[in-house]
Amino acid sequence: MVRFLIRRVLLGAFVMFVVTIVVFLIFFVGPGRADVAQTLAGREATPKTVALISHRLLLDRPLTTQYWHFLDGLLHGNLGYSYYHGQAVTTVLKEAYPITLSLALGAAVLWLVIGVLSGVLSAVRSRSIWDRIVTVLALFFYSMPSFVLGLLLLYVFYYQFALHGIHLFPGAGYTYLTANPLKWFEGLVLPWITLALVSAAAYTRLTRGSMLDVLNEDYVRTARSKGLSENRVIYRHALRSALTPVISQFGIDLGVLAGGAVITETVFGMPGLGYTAVNAIRDQDLPVIIGIVIVASASVVVANIVVDVFYAVLDPRVRLH
Amino acid sequence: MSMSPSDSVAIEDALVASGVPPPEGAAASVIEGRSPWRLAYERLRRDRASLIALAVVVVIILVAIFAPVIASLTGHGVYQQFRDTGLTPDGLPVGPNHQFLLGTDDQGRDILVRIAYGARISLIVGVVATAAEVVLGTVLGLAAGYFGKVVDTVIARIIDIVLSIPFLLFAISLVSISHPSLTIVIVVIAIFGWAAVARVVRGQVLSLREKEYIEAARALGAGPWRIMFIDILPNIVAPIIVYATLLIPVTIVIEASLSYLGVGVPPPTADWGTMISGAQQIYQQAWWYLLFPSLALLITTVAFNIFGDGLRDALDPRAEQLYK
Repeated sequence: MVRFLIRRVLLGAFVMFVVTIVVFLIFFVGPGRADVAQTLAGREATPKTVALISHRLLLDRPLTTQYWHFLDGLLHGNLGYSYYHGQAVTTVLKEAYPITLSLALGAAVLWLVIGVLSGVLSAVRSRSIWDRIVTVLALFFYSMPSFVLGLLLLYVFYYQFALHGIHLFPGAGYTYLTANPLKWFEGLVLPWITLALVSAAAYTRLTRGSMLDVLNEDYVRTARSKGLSENRVIYRHALRSALTPVISQFGIDLGVLAGGAVITETVFGMPGLGYTAVNAIRDQDLPVIIGIVIVASASVVVANIVVDVFYAVLDPRVRLH
Repeated sequence: MSMSPSDSVAIEDALVASGVPPPEGAAASVIEGRSPWRLAYERLRRDRASLIALAVVVVIILVAIFAPVIASLTGHGVYQQFRDTGLTPDGLPVGPNHQFLLGTDDQGRDILVRIAYGARISLIVGVVATAAEVVLGTVLGLAAGYFGKVVDTVIARIIDIVLSIPFLLFAISLVSISHPSLTIVIVVIAIFGWAAVARVVRGQVLSLREKEYIEAARALGAGPWRIMFIDILPNIVAPIIVYATLLIPVTIVIEASLSYLGVGVPPPTADWGTMISGAQQIYQQAWWYLLFPSLALLITTVAFNIFGDGLRDALDPRAEQLYK
């Protein structure tokens, strides 16, 4: 198990290494070396200023030197400073992270409950009217782009409600949990629902398929013929193994989300990692973009490791590979 | 799609081997010589939801092709701004009326015409990017699955890495450093999208590689390319077609998302994502500006998904068994 863990962590480190190379190539080599210095110096900078900045950023050195410098800063937790606010990128990340996390965790709990329950209902009552309703709803929300759902929810539950004097949910923004827990909750309800409904649909389909597979297994028939109650067979025996693919998908999705729910945050104007990244891209604020891309990749890598380890604990065969 | 008799036999063998009961009238079908494709087609023809979805898809394609006709019927150009009739005296969009059937946008342009032109972008990106992903993914997946060893290790690692990259963040970064254009959007989607296809193909190839008929082909002296593309590929075409169909709506949503975030196809090109993004600023005064492009996008993705599901049920006998 320890060897498996070490191998998995090493692989994760390798992925992160590749990510830093890709990020470096995209941002430091892609647009041409002069562009970075020019952007930094501003439009009215003299060629001399540009050359100076270029020199200070090591842009006139060979690529490998530049890359090691970049990696060195990264490993020391130094991600540079935002061009616009003069803030350290780490500070920007620290401010945005709790917002993204509040959004991601709340939505994740919602969609897991909705997705798994509806999937089980659909599989157990296969071919019934419930199965049909669930399948149709799942297909509908599975096809729904999150920004469409978010904006339609805003139109109905923010704007139409406000027209009728009901001010239940804010239209945009984020209140810190520590500042006002009630406002924090109110502000998150619509984003949670948006993210949860769109994601739950995939889980409904996954759970249904996996549950139908498992219900055909011999050990389920054995459990039934032992005289166990149907509920016990379904929830204790079948669901348990049907959940394995669901859990692994869940880990990966949560990892991606922890790197910023780009669309949902943009729709609801929540300054989490995703929205900050979109704004940074609009402003060409390179250090901030790089910081967010790296944090986001790291959270996916960590989520992958956690999922694999979890899998290995559940199913010893995995460790052999 | 034509298949050689030996391939049909191989698939039927595979069906028998996987314990799928032969479909009704199977004995008769052997005598009539109905191919698996024929059987799938007949299954699909009985599936009403898929047929309706297919009809909707066809309508959307027609709208995209004949967008200029719609423009000339209404007499409104796609970039034409109607500052007098298309905007209120306060400069706000006007709602649906007899002149502008679906209302106008914030610049006094006809939303109906722009939705029709927007369908072109969605479909072009949806089809071209998906095709690129599928070709790239299939070739690499075949190579990984068939050659195994080092080739497989390298390709499988690359697949892992691509799949563990936060796609949307990388995509918007990549698009932002190059000047946004239709081509860039398609290339970026393809760069990140092939890995999922490759993983599916690789899995299929790994199981087919050990079959006797592949061993027979090798014994007859067939080279790796012949085995991969002539012997293996035809047997995994069905899942690839299903996967590609289901990938189209995903790709369309990604394109719309990039445009919504302002890094897709640049304005003034008519694009559903861009329209929805513009509508977000003034949806309180102009619900039609938000609603109609959203509906266009939603109807398209739902139609493709229903049709893709139907295709899967028709082509994949195992799924049929599950649905019995």
